[in-house]
Amino acid sequence: MSQAFTKSMARNIFYGGSMFFFLLLLVLTFDTVESLPQTDNRENLTAQVAKGKHVWENNNCIGCHTLLGEGAYFAPELGNVHKRLGKEGVIAFIKFRPKNGIPGRRSMPQFNLTDDELDAVAEFLKYTSEINTQNWPPNIQG
Amino acid sequence: MKYTSQMVAKPYFIAAIGLFVGQILFGIIMGLQYVIGDFLFPEIPFNVARMVHTNLLIVWLLFGFMGASYYLVPEEAETELHSPILAKLMFWIFLIAGAATILGYLLVPYATLAEITMNDLLPTMGREFLEQPTITKIGIVIVALAFLFNIGMTILKGRKTVINLVLLIGLVGLAVFFLFAFYNPDNIVLDKMFWWFVVHLWVEGVWELILGSLLAFVLIKTTGVDREVIEKWLYVIIAMALITGLIGTGHHFFWIGTPGYWQWWGSIFSAMEPIPFFMMTVFAFNMVNKRRREHPNQPAVLWALGTGVMAFLGAGVWGFLHTLSPVNYYTHGTQITAAHGHMAFYGAYVMIVLAIISYAMPMLNGRKAANSAKSQIVEMWSFWLMTISMVFITLFLTGAGILQVYLQRMSDNPLPFMVVQDKIELFYWLREGAGVVFLIGLIVYIASFFIGKDEAEPNEA
Repeated sequence: MSQAFTKSMARNIFYGGSMFFFLLLLVLTFDTVESLPQTDNRENLTAQVAKGKHVWENNNCIGCHTLLGEGAYFAPELGNVHKRLGKEGVIAFIKFRPKNGIPGRRSMPQFNLTDDELDAVAEFLKYTSEINTQNWPPNIQG
Repeated sequence: MKYTSQMVAKPYFIAAIGLFVGQILFGIIMGLQYVIGDFLFPEIPFNVARMVHTNLLIVWLLFGFMGASYYLVPEEAETELHSPILAKLMFWIFLIAGAATILGYLLVPYATLAEITMNDLLPTMGREFLEQPTITKIGIVIVALAFLFNIGMTILKGRKTVINLVLLIGLVGLAVFFLFAFYNPDNIVLDKMFWWFVVHLWVEGVWELILGSLLAFVLIKTTGVDREVIEKWLYVIIAMALITGLIGTGHHFFWIGTPGYWQWWGSIFSAMEPIPFFMMTVFAFNMVNKRRREHPNQPAVLWALGTGVMAFLGAGVWGFLHTLSPVNYYTHGTQITAAHGHMAFYGAYVMIVLAIISYAMPMLNGRKAANSAKSQIVEMWSFWLMTISMVFITLFLTGAGILQVYLQRMSDNPLPFMVVQDKIELFYWLREGAGVVFLIGLIVYIASFFIGKDEAEPNEA
C-alpha cells in the first residue's frame, strides 16, 4: 500500500467505520423489533405454542430439519409443514415413527411424546406457518 | 521461544487437534447417514452426530484461539503471561466440561439431557450450534472471562502492539456476543433474529479480527516484513470486515419473519463481504513476496497463504454465490448453504489455527524454529490432501445443492424433499469419498508430529 496512506489513517477507518456501522446495526435492529408485531404472528402466540417451542427445542428437532430455512438439511423444511400435512397429519407422523427406523432409509426417531406435547408442537408449527416470511419458501415442498 | 509462560499454549493445541479428529469422524458418520439412512440408527441418530460434529468444531477452534493467544500475546507484549496457573486450570475445566457435554449428547437422549441439566430453569438448549446445556454455557462464560482477564492483564503490563489490541477486541467481542445465547424468547422470530447476534457476529464479525491478528503475527514472524506495513494492512482488512459484515447480518433476515427492507440492506452489504477476504489473500501473498528472510518453517507459510486463498473462496466466493436475496430465495437452507459452510469454516478458521500451530509447535517442542525437513514434507502433504479434498466436498455439495434447488423449488412440478434427496444421492456418495480423503489428510497431519522427530531442523537460508 502507498506511503501516503498511513497506519493512523487505516486505524481511524477501522474505529470510525466499525463504530458507525455498529450503531447503524443497532438502529436497524431497534426498528425491526418495533415493527415485528406486523409480521411475527404474535397475536397467535399462545401458552400452548410456547410449550410447543420447548418440545421442539428439548428434542433437538433443528438437528435434522430446517425451520424457516435454518437448521440441518437432512430432513424436510418444517416452517410450512402445517400447510403440507395439517395438524392431525403432523401429530400422526411424529407419533407413529418406528422405534428401530426403516431399513436402509432415513427415519425420524421415536420421541415418545405425550398427547399434550404432540398437540403443543403441532400448535407451534401451525403458529410458525402463519409468520409473514416474505413469501418464502417458493412452494409447498419447502 | 522467548517467554517460558508461552508453554501453556501446548496443551491447548494438542486438545484442539484431538477434538478435530473427533469432529471429522462424526462428519464421516453423518456423510454416510446421508446415503445409508439407518446407519447407526437409533443409537446415534443424525441430529446427535451433527451436534457432536458442529460443537466439536466450535470447541476445538476455541481451544486453538486460546492456545494461539497464550502463545503470541506474551511474545507481542514482551512480558510473561499474567498467570500461567490460571491458564492451565482453565484448560482442564474447559476440556472436562466439553468432554462431559459431548458424552451427554452421545449417552442419553437429548430430552433427558435437557431434563437432568434443568434446562427449564433457563431454557437455552435445542437451537442450532447452541445445543449445549445451560450449565455448559455458563461454564463457557466463566472460562472466557478468566481467559480474557489473563490475556488482558498481560497486555496491560506489557507492550501494546496492534496485533495484541486487535486480538483482544476480537476476543472480547467473542465473549460479549456469546451472551445472546442466553436470550431465548418464546417468540421464534425474535429468537432467530438474536441467535444470529451470536452466530453471524462471531464468524462474519469478531472472529475475523482474531483471524486477521493471527495471520498478521504469523506473517511478521515468517517473512520479516516491517511491522508498520503489516499493521496497516491488518487495520484495513478488519475495517472492511466490520464495515461490510455488521450490516451484512441482514442476509440472515430475509425470510425469518423480519421486515422486507432487510433484503436490500443484507444483499448490498453482504455482497461486499468478500472484499476483506480478497484483501487477506493479496496481503498474505504480498508479504511473502516481500520477505526479508527465508524462514525454515515452510508449512507455516503454506498454511498462512492457504488461509487467505481458501477463506476468500469459501467465505467470499461461495458466500457471494447465494447472498443476494433473489438468489437466496431459492437456495436458502439447501446443500448450497452446507457447501459454503464447509469451505468457509475450513478456509478461514481451521487453516488459521493450523497455521499458528504449525508456526508455534516446533518451538513448544524445544526446537529453534522448525521441524525436520522430513516432518515438514509430511505436513505439506497433509495440507494438500485436506485442502483439495475440502474443495471437492464443496464442489459435490454445490452440485447436490443446484439439483436440489431446481427439483424442489424451481421446476414446473416441484418434488418433495425426500424424493429429491434420493435423486441426488450420487453427489452425497462423492462427498463421502472426499470426506474420507480429508480424514486421511488429517491422519497424515498428525503423523507429521512424529516423523523425523529426532532429526535436525533445516538451516535458515
